[in-house]
Amino acid sequence: MTVTPPTVAAEEPRRASRRFRSIKGRETWAGFGMIAPAGILLVLFLIVPVILAFALSFTNARLISPNPPRFVGFDNFIRAFTADPVFLQSVGNTAVFALVVVPLQAGLGLLLAVLVNRRMRGITAFRVIFFIPVVTSIVVVSILWKFMYQKDGLINSMIDALTFGAWQGVDWLNDPNTALGAIIVLSIWQAVGFHMIIWLAGLQTIPEELYEAAKMDGASPWRQFTSVTWPGLRPTMVFVLVTITIAALGLFVQISVMTQGGPVNSTSTIVFHAVRKGYAQQEIGYAAAISLIFFVAVLAIALIQRRLTREKD
Amino acid sequence: MRTRTPILVSAGLVTAIALTGCGQAGQGDTTTADGRTQLTMWTHSAGNPAELEVYEQIITDFNTSQDDYEVVHESFPQGAYNDAIVAAAASGDLPCLLDLDGPIMPNWAWAGYLQPLGLPTEITDALLPTAVGVWDDEIYSAGYWDAALSIFARKSVLDANGIRIPTVEEPWTQDEFAEVLATLKSAGYETPIDIGAEDKGEWWPYAYSPFLQSFGGDLIDRSTMLSSDGALNGPDAVAWGEWFQGLFTDGYANNSGTIGNQEFIDDEVALSYTGVWNAVTALDEVGDDLLILPPPDLGNGPKIGGGSWQWAISSSCNDADGARAYLEFSFQDKYLTEFADKQVVIPATDAAAEASKYFGEDGALRPFVEFSQQYAVLRPETPAYAVISTTFETAAKDIMNGADVQQTLDQAVSEIDANIESNDGYGFQ
Repeated sequence: MTVTPPTVAAEEPRRASRRFRSIKGRETWAGFGMIAPAGILLVLFLIVPVILAFALSFTNARLISPNPPRFVGFDNFIRAFTADPVFLQSVGNTAVFALVVVPLQAGLGLLLAVLVNRRMRGITAFRVIFFIPVVTSIVVVSILWKFMYQKDGLINSMIDALTFGAWQGVDWLNDPNTALGAIIVLSIWQAVGFHMIIWLAGLQTIPEELYEAAKMDGASPWRQFTSVTWPGLRPTMVFVLVTITIAALGLFVQISVMTQGGPVNSTSTIVFHAVRKGYAQQEIGYAAAISLIFFVAVLAIALIQRRLTREKD
Repeated sequence: MRTRTPILVSAGLVTAIALTGCGQAGQGDTTTADGRTQLTMWTHSAGNPAELEVYEQIITDFNTSQDDYEVVHESFPQGAYNDAIVAAAASGDLPCLLDLDGPIMPNWAWAGYLQPLGLPTEITDALLPTAVGVWDDEIYSAGYWDAALSIFARKSVLDANGIRIPTVEEPWTQDEFAEVLATLKSAGYETPIDIGAEDKGEWWPYAYSPFLQSFGGDLIDRSTMLSSDGALNGPDAVAWGEWFQGLFTDGYANNSGTIGNQEFIDDEVALSYTGVWNAVTALDEVGDDLLILPPPDLGNGPKIGGGSWQWAISSSCNDADGARAYLEFSFQDKYLTEFADKQVVIPATDAAAEASKYFGEDGALRPFVEFSQQYAVLRPETPAYAVISTTFETAAKDIMNGADVQQTLDQAVSEIDANIESNDGYGFQ
């Protein structure tokens, strides 16, 4: 998010009176008091684990083992890129997933937002309908879609009915060619409502007068969109893009519930692979190295996005 | 802000330390109001009321039978159980008594989570060999039952299609089994056999590695326990892989449908490769028409997985004598019989089997006892099993989905071997 900090008029340095300083001091402490709950939690569950992961990734630490971990230098990182074909495939799958999901979900979310951004009866009902999947647990959604994707499931029955039996459909989740696509569809369906709401909030910040002025100038609805709506949505767009990207790169639950990385590793993702290595195969050191690679990659991508979409003065 | 960060960091660390310092209850050093030592006990039986009922009965009986100890139990859902144990072990919070899936025991014993069981030999000697867990020549776990797999079929269906009913003396051969499947497919069953491929996790090695062993392969070279090379990717293993893949490509089995035995009950499949735990429901639904058949002989005799859930005492238990007293008390035949009949599993002692309504001499589920005695192969007793299990599952699923058999098995072997090597052989020389 590009939030420009409110520019506070630089206070002129005065002769610091004691009263002033004590107020300042009290405010400082009040400030620290207020960030303490969040700060402590962040340190405990974010900063400390990140530091631990960093340290662990240079060792051969095991989840459970009577032998103490040894320092192995860059072995884990070398192994990931040279001796672990599944990791490389997971990187590829994650990249494909993100490259497809980010534009599609952002675009679809915007389309829905524009559709439901009007005053008419029953519009709230539509907003609720689009938003329901977001508040449904992703685990539940994944289980439901898993049933729908079965060979004799709802989706194939529907295709069968629509094509009058001409096409039976495929076994979506068991075919290496369709499994990732199937998961992409369900993921977009589940999360698009959230970004619709974000876009909607952005749309409602655009002053009505601008549209009135555009109409006076005889702008078509499309022209209104390109000249008024889109520029007004810029900060929202940055936020939506960055959040979808980070969420897409962290794809895990759908894989864990629906395919466990299969068929033939065609849906294995970086996070799933790290969890499988770390917990199922107890190689915490190696899993930490994978997580660290993932962390650096996500950070880099997010920074690049920020840079590309920054306000050009 | 910059100058204050250390305060925040240290506050966070203090909280972290405070959080880890809590909860050491129930490891044999808490006493109740009436002066008993409390022993905690964890089971994986949440969601399995039949099993829990028996445990609650045993605990109540034990607690009232003496006044030194009080056993308090907590149940976890099976899916999250192993993770809970590992997490508790990492934070030094293990209960005194815990049940565990047989094959994972060596991994935990090696990691130092468990102490030798130390039960009197007259108890452990009376148990089925597959109900006793041995690691490093010490008994670390023992169970009240074992499970067994078999092929369920309807007599009427086999007779109608002119299929020979296999026996323990003369099971189906590989060729015969292929013919049976082909016959049943042409008789109109879309997939003639349900082998449970829609399931995941430990079911995969438990159910399908016996086929591999029947072909002559194995998960690991058991003579050294140091490598899977040759066992899991040799010619026998490749033959198993081709056969297993064929089940799916020929349309004899699939991996959709529901976990459990419902397809067989509904007569959507003619054969069902499934466990003893589904047998009573099948009996109720199919009645006298139900056949409990040995799995096919794929070259080296029929094989099924052995070893089910067992009990162990954690190494952090401060009153192992109390834990042992409870276990000794719990291994009474009447309880074993009750487990067997309520949960439908094979009782671990002959005496308990005789008294069981299902597993006695004339019991409807007697064949399972024979299968268990004759065919059961334990999953390799090595700490590497945790890795072997997941690697085999992935490889078998890839093979099912059409991956190249030799390549997939080679990859699995290199993963397992790398893991064994990086753990310095798990103590095997």
